[in-house]
Amino acid sequence: MDLPPDPPLVLLEGVSKSFGAVRALTDVTLALAPGEAHALLGENGAGKSTLIKTLAGVHRPDAGRLLVDGEEARFSGPADAKAAGIAVIYQEPALFGDLSIAENVYTGRQPLRSGRRIDTRAMHADTTALFTRLGVVLDPARPARGLSIADQQMVEIAKALSFDARVVVMDEPTAALSAREVERLFAVVELLREQGAAVLFVSHRLDEVFSLCQRATVLRDGKHVWSGPLTGETPDGLVRRMVGRELSALFPKQDTEAGDVLLSVSRLTREGVFTDVSFDVRAGEIVGLSGLVGAGRSEVARAIFGIDGVDAGEVAVGGKPLRLGSPTAAMAAGIGFVPEDRRQQGLVVDASVERNVALASLGRLSWFGLLFGRGERRLAEDWAIKLSIKAGRLGAAVSTLSGGNQQKVVLAKWLSRRPSVLIVDEPTRGIDVGTKAEVHRLLSELASEGVAVLMISSELPEVLGMADRVLVMHEGRLVEEIARADATEERVALAAAGRSGAES
Amino acid sequence: MSVVAPSRARRVTETIGRARELGIVVALALVVIPTALVNPRFVEAQSIRDLLLNASIVAILVAGQTLVVVTRNVDLSVGSTLGLSAFLTAQTFADHPDTPILVGLLIGVVVGTACGAVNGILVAAGRVPSLVVTLGTLYVFRGIDFALAHGRQINASELPDDLLALGTSRILGIPWLVVVTVVVVAAASLYMRWYRSGRDLYAIGSNPEAAVLAGIAVARRTFGAFLLSGTVAGLAGALWVARYGTVDAAAATGLELQVIAAVVVGGVAIFGGSGTVVGAALGALLLSTIASCLVVLRIPAFWQQAISGALLIGAITVDRLLALRLSRELRGRSDHDG
Repeated sequence: MDLPPDPPLVLLEGVSKSFGAVRALTDVTLALAPGEAHALLGENGAGKSTLIKTLAGVHRPDAGRLLVDGEEARFSGPADAKAAGIAVIYQEPALFGDLSIAENVYTGRQPLRSGRRIDTRAMHADTTALFTRLGVVLDPARPARGLSIADQQMVEIAKALSFDARVVVMDEPTAALSAREVERLFAVVELLREQGAAVLFVSHRLDEVFSLCQRATVLRDGKHVWSGPLTGETPDGLVRRMVGRELSALFPKQDTEAGDVLLSVSRLTREGVFTDVSFDVRAGEIVGLSGLVGAGRSEVARAIFGIDGVDAGEVAVGGKPLRLGSPTAAMAAGIGFVPEDRRQQGLVVDASVERNVALASLGRLSWFGLLFGRGERRLAEDWAIKLSIKAGRLGAAVSTLSGGNQQKVVLAKWLSRRPSVLIVDEPTRGIDVGTKAEVHRLLSELASEGVAVLMISSELPEVLGMADRVLVMHEGRLVEEIARADATEERVALAAAGRSGAES
Repeated sequence: MSVVAPSRARRVTETIGRARELGIVVALALVVIPTALVNPRFVEAQSIRDLLLNASIVAILVAGQTLVVVTRNVDLSVGSTLGLSAFLTAQTFADHPDTPILVGLLIGVVVGTACGAVNGILVAAGRVPSLVVTLGTLYVFRGIDFALAHGRQINASELPDDLLALGTSRILGIPWLVVVTVVVVAAASLYMRWYRSGRDLYAIGSNPEAAVLAGIAVARRTFGAFLLSGTVAGLAGALWVARYGTVDAAAATGLELQVIAAVVVGGVAIFGGSGTVVGAALGALLLSTIASCLVVLRIPAFWQQAISGALLIGAITVDRLLALRLSRELRGRSDHDG
């Protein structure tokens, strides 16, 4: 293992963490030295968030050790991590909107005067002093509600300074910042380094990583891939380490002849979320929509299906314009939508399998507005066989099924409506390998039957294996369209990181 | 440069916060002045004392309720807690006439604290929503009250005179009960403004997830809020005995809704995070004053409930509008360096 020259401030050694059957981290080692800015890199789902939350005391590792100043530390909660000098600044800081900025900085540690009363004046003065060090002008007495993300981060950084944090973790701090705000943040990181703190910097923007950090650690699928100094490394080299995977034979995409345009999206814009997104999906085609988490992929899908409103743009289904902002209209036009979070948005988990399968077809199954169990059951039986849903009985609650079978129930719900356009968001997240292949086969069959499939996925191999075309989004914009023949992991990953055309 | 000029955001927030409490005072004036014009005796000393006395018990409960509501919880059991505490206090005095007054009052406080502890444990450790827990204990405490009382009613003749004097006697012209109420409201108010654990209650209600990440002992603080709400309800129960002299198992039935109405009218956000004890106590005073005015103006009693309800909806509407206005103001201009 490559270790930094100085003794590390914090050392994670052989840390593993599982959530149920999902292994989020396996034997990961990370060393942070005083005065260094260390980049933590990896694709979506590589385990970065879990690693950060382990440092923050939110998660307790199942195996491995956490050493602070060479001493083993056990965090039973975020308060312990804080006491050990570790501050975490989340991508979207969690502040108390009703409390003043100063109170947010000094939560639980407010300066006191006689009688253990809070010394508000001293607290405001101290906060102002911290902001002066950071070069920020913020009124400590104003409530935190309404602050921009950049200012919220500054409040979090002031908090870290206020308890002399020696390790500052920043989770994608620049994702929502303007260029000037990024500059200001970088100046603060330099300040922290000069004071001997270690900064763990998580970012997808490789140019930032190179300009700010001295060392980096790459994670892939929850495993430690590489750690080392960044001098002599190239962005492409890092991307290769992040993706470096073999394309497996899991993805049996059948070749199909693309037919008419079934879904046509033009200049779709939702202020501050995505901008000017246009693309077509033809009958028989699977189009992959790729990009980093937060790039606006799911938001585009939600807008097409009418869940979120749009500020501009049009969608046509089968040549007819679609009334936006109404899921009912989207369903009537023949769109099916399998959402990212199936437990929250795709299923009524406490209801039975048959109820869930029938949920989108109630109009067809009802008789003068009344529903009888028989119709639902027949429909569910039909689809349970077609999709080989493994459930004890169809009357069992969906919550008792495995993730893969739950996803099949969601698919069955939409397929029973015979959609012409199917949008699937992360169709195989949290699903075991065997079922994954079944879902892929199913999507492929649907396409060959003439359905237009729009597939959002964070898993590059899945996108590359399944999609006829790959659309890549970066920060709310469609930045690249890559044909199946030209699509490589590196090319998609670089485009997703906002570096399309730079090196390729 | 170490002093930052007060930002617009801070000024707007402070103005709106002050306007909210000022609004209740204005509303008070709007009901009291016309009533006084119709019947000048309404603003005589004795009449004002009665107004304050009528608001006292609810205002004490409101102080405890505010602690709970600010944490994004609710305590529906305060009426039953008060009833149980009142009955046990009265029974102690009736069955053991030589009980010292303070010991008797303490019994009420202890009973209330025990009830609060039950609520606190179920909410904080059991992680059951407080609405459900306290709706349950509302019935449980009342049920215990009925079981213990066996239909017994304790009358003023069975109670020591010193106790009853507490409900009627005055110091410097101010009834003792009002003094106690002011002390409780002031103590709760200062606690929530000046002490770390008091500020934690606001933090928990403002953003529960962030409170966990910030290392706040959320369960302990929530437990504490329910415990204090119970303590205060217990005290109110003992004072209820002193004020009314007659207690049976049905005492203070339904009072919890008046308390919550006062809290909301007083500007405490029902989803937690903001509001003050003083505002809530003013809310209690406003609601009971309206009731008295309607009596003086000979308006049928059933209008009183309709007016309280309209006031409640009005208060929530105003709060919502102010909140929207505030968030727009705050978003409109951040205090950027420049």
